[in-house]
Amino acid sequence: MSLRIEAAQLGHLLEVIRNAGYDLLGPTVRDGAIAIDRISQLSDLPQGITDEQEKGLYRLRTQASPSYFGFSAPAQTFRRFLQPPTQTIFWASRDTPGGPLRMRSGSNVDSKLAFIGVKACDLAAIGVHDVVFGCDPNPQRPAADPLIKDQLYGMRRENLLIIATECGQAGSTCFCASMNTGPEIEAGYDLRITEFVDGEHWMLIDAGSEQGDTLLSHLAGRPASEDDLTTREQLLERTRRSMGRSLDTRNLPQQLARSFDSPAWEDIAERCLSCANCTLSCPTCFCTDIEDATDITGRTAIRTQRWDSCFNKEISWLHGGQVRKSTASRYRQWLTHKLSTWHDQFGSSGCVGCGRCITWCPVGIDITEEAARLTAGTEASS
Amino acid sequence: MTGRDSVDGLWAPQALRIANKVQESTDVFSFELELEQSFDIRPGQFNMLYAFGKGEVPISMSAGPPTTTRLVHTIRNVGKITTDICAREPGEEIELRGPFGNTWPLESALGGDVVIVAGGIGLAPMRPVIQALLANLEQYRRISVVCGARSPYELIFREDVEEWSARRDLDFHATVDIAPRGWTGTVGVVTSVIEQLSFEPQRTTVMTCGPEIMMRFTADAFCDRGVPAESIFLSMERNMKCAVGFCGHCMYGPHIICRDGPVFRYSRLRDLLHIREL
Repeated sequence: MSLRIEAAQLGHLLEVIRNAGYDLLGPTVRDGAIAIDRISQLSDLPQGITDEQEKGLYRLRTQASPSYFGFSAPAQTFRRFLQPPTQTIFWASRDTPGGPLRMRSGSNVDSKLAFIGVKACDLAAIGVHDVVFGCDPNPQRPAADPLIKDQLYGMRRENLLIIATECGQAGSTCFCASMNTGPEIEAGYDLRITEFVDGEHWMLIDAGSEQGDTLLSHLAGRPASEDDLTTREQLLERTRRSMGRSLDTRNLPQQLARSFDSPAWEDIAERCLSCANCTLSCPTCFCTDIEDATDITGRTAIRTQRWDSCFNKEISWLHGGQVRKSTASRYRQWLTHKLSTWHDQFGSSGCVGCGRCITWCPVGIDITEEAARLTAGTEASS
Repeated sequence: MTGRDSVDGLWAPQALRIANKVQESTDVFSFELELEQSFDIRPGQFNMLYAFGKGEVPISMSAGPPTTTRLVHTIRNVGKITTDICAREPGEEIELRGPFGNTWPLESALGGDVVIVAGGIGLAPMRPVIQALLANLEQYRRISVVCGARSPYELIFREDVEEWSARRDLDFHATVDIAPRGWTGTVGVVTSVIEQLSFEPQRTTVMTCGPEIMMRFTADAFCDRGVPAESIFLSMERNMKCAVGFCGHCMYGPHIICRDGPVFRYSRLRDLLHIREL
């Protein structure tokens, strides 16, 4: 059942969540962008702020609307709170060379996290990572080994509280409607908020879990009316129509699987700097490197896991050289993985349509344009 | 709360004592490791061997059948991690975690002809298969082994090779690219030997491990002789860090080699092997 609340109730909700022992993480303005960071109260949210996004362009603007979530994909994603950019896997030590190895665990998970204001695209991305890291609560396909899961990710994920928000406006690099990940949010949340500014500033809140139900019981509001629900439908329809980008996904994985020899990759490589911005801003990218090192005594070793990128040459190191030497091959790996081979590997697309890779590409390479170009003319053969 | 007090089982290596070390060629060494508990690893699978503070390398098991007392790995000394491991001596330990990956199709090959084609160090992952076949000869028809190396000096497992060459129940061929005086085996690439093999294509299982280019030509040679691509198995290699599909290093088009492989049917690789820099 949906509850209609005054927007100011959101502050109370944050307080209830904080009092339940959660660390709150949500959108906040930092360095001229919407970052995802620790927040503690309503005033930390970017109220009255919206964003302008285009190829290689990101800018914040103030707007007359007092909305708290009136922006599209934040500059950062929630990824780094479930899979930190750097974490210690273990410490190992031996007192004598060749002596027995003593192991100690590295990074710990010592707090419960609450994600506030998760957009539809970013919520879908968490679902994608759940599958990748063996933590999908409802596996669609049998895992190779159901016992294998990323333990640190799983521990953070298990206690995660998700307060999702539906977008009332799509950005000009958004295409979640094409990827079927938004703008409506159907599952995967504890609470779902839809924000409205129409003379009044109010919200519809739905619970998607028992925990959500409990939180909801702390809020003063009234059951949503038919009109309220219709207003939500209309808002989502407006958002759907305002998507700045679109991607035709019919047969896309199959068409891209036949595109590996296309000359278009070379053309993209003429522009691509191989800078890895797209992979760092992407909410579904998950590649990591493992680094082993010792301290200066040589008696203590550390294993560190850190974000990697398919644009780094070293990722494909084999037998003293790189497999993917050219920028063309690395961009091809990135795009075909997102839109085609992800389906083979994990049973879904690896793209959620957030548009960050378009916005944050310093040379303005647009995944929707490139995918369309790569598949143009292959329709007949499909 | 949710703190962890032990190292994630996925990442924790176990230390195994080196019982025996054999130098197989100039830069290839085999290590027999003592097992205190049973270690369920099968031909085709690999372990991640750890060099303290330096890193890990994926290494296949190189002798079978799986026994409860010994685990064998054969390692070529090529980089800083393998150099560290190859320098160890009996009595010292090797830390490893595993097993990972899938297995050679010994079961589905039952009742038919089997051809093994190995190139260089690629013989290491194939040796447990050859041993398993020889231990169950009556369950297979004709068994052929083609073993290629750059030169006789790079041919590993010499004792086994001598024994296999002498057997009448095994059609064994060793071939080298460059032969010194005194070499009595074949000279030439493995595909030139494949032409001489006898097998019934529709009832044949091919398993090959070696350089990618060798495996591709090998697979094509068997396809040309009528073996279905589904019955030809290749063991693929890419950079691996986690060994369970989480780190993204060993992606190969639609496949994650550590998770979906390393053994793949040729039918699932044929369209990929010709793609450069995949």
